Amino acid sequence: MSPKINDLFGKPIKVVNVGLASMAQPMRDQNIPVVDVEWQPPKEGIIRLHVTKSGVDIDAANAEVCKRIKAARPVLVGMGKAIDVIPGYHDHLILHAGPPITWERMCGPQKAAVMGALVYEGLAKDETEAEKLAASGKIEFAPCHHYHTVGPMAGIVSPSMPVFIIENKTYGNKAFCTQNEGLGKVLRFGGLGPEVYTRLKWMETVLYPTLNKALQSMPDGIDIKALIAQALHMGDDCHNRNRAATSLFLRAIGPALARTNKDNEVLAKVIEFIDKNDHFFLNLSMPAGKAALEPAEGVEGSTILTVMARNGTDFGIRMAGMPNTWFTAPAGMVQGLYFPGFSEADANPDIGDSTVTETAGYGGFAMAAAPAIVKFVGGVPSDATACTMEMYEITFDEHDGFSIPSLNFRGTPLGIDVRKVMETGILPKINTGISHKNPGVGGIGAGILRAPEKCFRDAFDAFRKIC
Amino acid sequence: MTVKTVIKTSEYHDSVTLMLVAKELTKLPGVQDAAVVMGTDSNKAILDQSGLLTADAKKATPNDLVIAVKTDGDVDAALAEADALLAKKQSSDNGAEFRPKTVRGAVKGMNDANVAIISIAGRYAADEAWECLKRGLHVLLFSDNVSVEDEVALKKYAREHGLLLMGPGAGTAILNGVALAFANVIPAGPVGIVSAAGTGLQETSTLLGKKGVGITQGIGTGGRDLKKEIGGIMFLEGIKALQDDPDTKVILLVSKPPAPEMAKMVYDQVLKSKKPTVVCLLGGDPKSVVVAPQIYPVNTLEEAGLLAAKLAGAQIADPKTVIAKETAEIKEIAKTLKPKLKKTQKYLRGLFSGGTLCYESQAIWRDENELEVLSNAPLDKHYQIADSNKSEKHTTIDLGEEEFTVGRPHPMIDNDLRIRRLLLEAKDPEVAVIMFDVVIGYGAHPDPAAELGDAVRKARELVAKEGREIIFVSSVTGTEGDPQGLTRTTQTLKSAGVIVCNSNAAASRLTALMVTE
Repeated sequence: MSPKINDLFGKPIKVVNVGLASMAQPMRDQNIPVVDVEWQPPKEGIIRLHVTKSGVDIDAANAEVCKRIKAARPVLVGMGKAIDVIPGYHDHLILHAGPPITWERMCGPQKAAVMGALVYEGLAKDETEAEKLAASGKIEFAPCHHYHTVGPMAGIVSPSMPVFIIENKTYGNKAFCTQNEGLGKVLRFGGLGPEVYTRLKWMETVLYPTLNKALQSMPDGIDIKALIAQALHMGDDCHNRNRAATSLFLRAIGPALARTNKDNEVLAKVIEFIDKNDHFFLNLSMPAGKAALEPAEGVEGSTILTVMARNGTDFGIRMAGMPNTWFTAPAGMVQGLYFPGFSEADANPDIGDSTVTETAGYGGFAMAAAPAIVKFVGGVPSDATACTMEMYEITFDEHDGFSIPSLNFRGTPLGIDVRKVMETGILPKINTGISHKNPGVGGIGAGILRAPEKCFRDAFDAFRKIC
Repeated sequence: MTVKTVIKTSEYHDSVTLMLVAKELTKLPGVQDAAVVMGTDSNKAILDQSGLLTADAKKATPNDLVIAVKTDGDVDAALAEADALLAKKQSSDNGAEFRPKTVRGAVKGMNDANVAIISIAGRYAADEAWECLKRGLHVLLFSDNVSVEDEVALKKYAREHGLLLMGPGAGTAILNGVALAFANVIPAGPVGIVSAAGTGLQETSTLLGKKGVGITQGIGTGGRDLKKEIGGIMFLEGIKALQDDPDTKVILLVSKPPAPEMAKMVYDQVLKSKKPTVVCLLGGDPKSVVVAPQIYPVNTLEEAGLLAAKLAGAQIADPKTVIAKETAEIKEIAKTLKPKLKKTQKYLRGLFSGGTLCYESQAIWRDENELEVLSNAPLDKHYQIADSNKSEKHTTIDLGEEEFTVGRPHPMIDNDLRIRRLLLEAKDPEVAVIMFDVVIGYGAHPDPAAELGDAVRKARELVAKEGREIIFVSSVTGTEGDPQGLTRTTQTLKSAGVIVCNSNAAASRLTALMVTE
């Protein structure tokens, strides 16, 4: 039977109020449940987009994109050196976080990380020489995102760096990411010095082979999606809090590590290194997101983001429906908490590919699952919940693989829809680490900011032209 | 005395927030007048009248916020205070409790929501109405300024999906006993109402309530529904729903007179059921009514309410007898009032917040008293007033018309505009009587009688100084169960010297007697 007006008669009235708050008060006075929408007019020039000129239903396209992201099953299948395993890599290629950028426009920490990588590779004997080489035009720079790769903070990948290989078992595509060095004076935050190189070398010569050997003994690999799902129930958001996920990872790889390693002292050092670095899992969580998002690229007529990344100078996004076009805006400043001795005056603008986690439906968007994160990025626990609730407004879907216990196991907000961002004026909220603006210093804190409006406005305008 | 304005470009606040800020400003020492409004043409006209329209304010666009202050105190301090108040209003929304920013977000938080009330600016309202309908919500679309094309498309979709799309411009509905927007507390009972006139629904339902008769549903369709271009989609769907509803024993229909083919559609639908149906086509030609046993034609809202009450079993006399008795009583009252007026006081002025009440009064004045009353919302073009802001001869103004409400609250929420106008009319030495409606209930001002009563006192003092008296006549659309209370509201008005009648029709008749022989 088709629905009738009469179906409403006799039922309890429950009201959504859009507009004057004075319309909601009488509902409360009559003890009628009412949700009061905090409505704001759309920004000038923003209209509702439904269908493209070529006849594609945008909602259907976006549903397809979200379906693909949800269906992804990213698994850690092994490791290798960048030059050996990343398709198209060559010995003078350096990858960086964020949208494309020239050496001249790179921010301090990203330049420093490039210099450090060139020294680490033996292509330059010191940082001064490295700087000359980087500026000489002999080195090719490209975004990680152009090579199925993601990098936290400066996101520098050089040829001999070991990378994790994540395979999306549903679609067969692969994504890559280096190993996480820890916090403070580390290359990805633009930290330079002997201790940085020593650590990187140890990671290449001890950590990597040990982990890789263990992984080779695990025919099914390690299901990273499952670890993320569990960690979200243990207080992580898998962007700025990876404490539970890192522990879960150690549990998952522990027996294989023990079985495949002959030297107990090496084993102890490896476990110690992972244990001392709460962010170790970040470099698995990020490529898992990348592996999940890539199969959605190219779905015609979709306004969902498949890339959101920063290089410390620019903030850039790409939509599934226009997978090769970057929309950029100047990167913003982070509001946050600083390590002792540092302040906002020292901070570099927003940087890193780690926003791949928010793009894939966790990270800051799942902050409600990680109330303790506010000790790291500032604020009070209710802010974490409010952040997730707000992000539901600009996402197209909810994840069926990731859920938030405190929200009655509601799925995490998934699929940032450029239309909804512009209609509501709500910009994606990002939680992130903070680099010192000067080369060589490293990480100095963490905090929260919003994505810049301009790139969303530009993406919307470009999309509108095909509608 | 200094007048100063500040223009804030592209700053949006809802009209009620602005009203509250303006009210706070007028309480500051030295402030004579203040306005915080969006820069629409109608608001600028109002600023002009109040002497607040500076050169800056003239240039404001409808997207700009205009803050105007007239003071003999510190004008900059007052403007700074306005800033602070606006900021406070904004931040009070930023509490820890999360409020969704979209309909989608709201429905996710309350997935069994079934009714949406939309009161945002008209140009955005259709988009949000679509969002609501697509999510299966019945919609009360309070917003005006929605295009005919949008209204038709929305209503067709609603009809196909068994949903109500009440409006645009629908200010009143009562669904399952719940008062939505501007509506009153009416007991449950056997009468079902469909109204294409918001205050028509309020007046008839409260008249029923006053006789102890309740209603099943009160469905408002918006005033344009029975126009040819909309085709009466919701009016007809509303009738069908009530005809199919086993709890509804008597149906009451209220509208301004529709075009003949529209009227035919309504009657055709009415004839499909045997349920007695009271048809009130306000100001229409009684001869055009289709004669059938279940059709009960009436001319006024008052008669409609009384007849529906009687058909529903209320122990009252025949409505015509009730009205005749009441009219006789009014004549007695008129006899005592008339001597207070001078010969030069010849004209009536009506100041309405309810459009249908304004319309009912005009119908009575034309049909019963043969008075020519000009209006901004006339019965026909012949009585169109040239300038809504300037009364001439007999004039009645509907202050709820769009020209007064773009970017400012409705006169049922905010008495300010009506008070200004009331004082202005009182200064006219040719005015004999000022009639105004007082609509209470949910959605309305928390105590309109207090503010309007004060205005009447002030006006009476004013004219007393000039050696005149003016008669103030009113009626209260409301029930005892309303938050403001019928008795309390009536008493407050009476204590200010207002003659309060039992219905808008009765008040109209008394008003006419003040200016006729």
